[in-house]
Amino acid sequence: MKFGVMKPHRRQRLVVILFLLITVGGGVTFMLIALNENINLFYSTEQILSGAAPKNKPIKAGGMVLEGSVERSPQNLEVRFLISDMQGHSVPIIYTGILPDLFREGQGVVTEGMLEDSGNFRASRVLAKHDENYMPPEIADMLEEKHVQNKSWSEIP
Amino acid sequence: MLGWFHRLGSPKMFFGMSQSWPKTFGLLSFLLLVLGTVWGLLFAPLDYQQGHSVRIMYVHVPAAAVAQSCYLFMAISGAVFLIWNIKLADWAAKSMAPIGASLAFLVLITGAIWGKPTWGTWWVWDARLTSTLVLLLLYLGIIALRNALEEKGNDGRPCAILALVGLVNLPIIKYSVDWWFTLHQPASFTLTEKPKMPPEMWIPLLIMAAGYYLFVFSVWTSRIRNEIVSRERKTAWARAWAGSP
Repeated sequence: MKFGVMKPHRRQRLVVILFLLITVGGGVTFMLIALNENINLFYSTEQILSGAAPKNKPIKAGGMVLEGSVERSPQNLEVRFLISDMQGHSVPIIYTGILPDLFREGQGVVTEGMLEDSGNFRASRVLAKHDENYMPPEIADMLEEKHVQNKSWSEIP
Repeated sequence: MLGWFHRLGSPKMFFGMSQSWPKTFGLLSFLLLVLGTVWGLLFAPLDYQQGHSVRIMYVHVPAAAVAQSCYLFMAISGAVFLIWNIKLADWAAKSMAPIGASLAFLVLITGAIWGKPTWGTWWVWDARLTSTLVLLLLYLGIIALRNALEEKGNDGRPCAILALVGLVNLPIIKYSVDWWFTLHQPASFTLTEKPKMPPEMWIPLLIMAAGYYLFVFSVWTSRIRNEIVSRERKTAWARAWAGSP
């Protein structure tokens, strides 16, 4: 549809609509940029280590559970583990309670709790984060045997 | 070029053309939805981490895609109504709103049911979940606005403008998982990469998505036909169609 054949008042309405979309879109973009930090559901481990996350306030921290870092207490339900952004920033988490089914080493988690002055994060809740990769168990086992590090269906030859 | 556009915009022409659509597309969608549901719920493989709860995907993911597509359709119809003053486009938007709202509701419910066993929570205020809730609220707002203004007969313009303003939410839903830290995972399907799941999973998912689109199309045609007859009930052609003198 060529704009040339549009009647002037219709073209004008089209321009008004485009103007509306651009201004609303622009306004919301600036708003989201301004709110950027607050829209994140959790603080990354890097932000926590650099002091960007407030201490002794209820916050959320997210990262991958480091392989081999999970220690369970023999007496009670206390669990200690490290979460990491896989770029060398790791934060110790202390949690007492029942972990979700998907909690395991190498899995992404989001923990709710408070960052203590000692640098430990005392979690009151642990949520497991699922990633975008879906696989049948047999293929997961096959990858496990081959020790494929970054498990993803799309990377299977 | 503009000929078909004007023909499509004529309620009478559209009504004649769409006579068989609700049944034809309804039947097609029924077949696809049955096939996809049986395949997805009984034969598709489990996920190595989620187990059986992965099967909620076959209801949740197509509902999410279609709920957003319905919104896009509604906003575009609104723009067509505003620019060319084609009444049928306004009725098209009106007929789509409750369908989209139902699907947005379905997305949130199935997402919560999946989230409880997988994440350990029904709901978090992350960007993906919150923007999807905003989508449902936009639908409800547009429906409420229309109900409030309909008697006066000036409901089309404000509803179209609200739908267009709300259009900004669609890219936010889509990219929320990339722009911010969310609990919701990023997309498993992108245009540039291979799907991050095996064909045994994405084929039934694709069938479900096709079934959902056809279902929406069937319900929408049936609703807009109803709208046309009720608005044009005093015209000669509508009276002739209904068989009244």
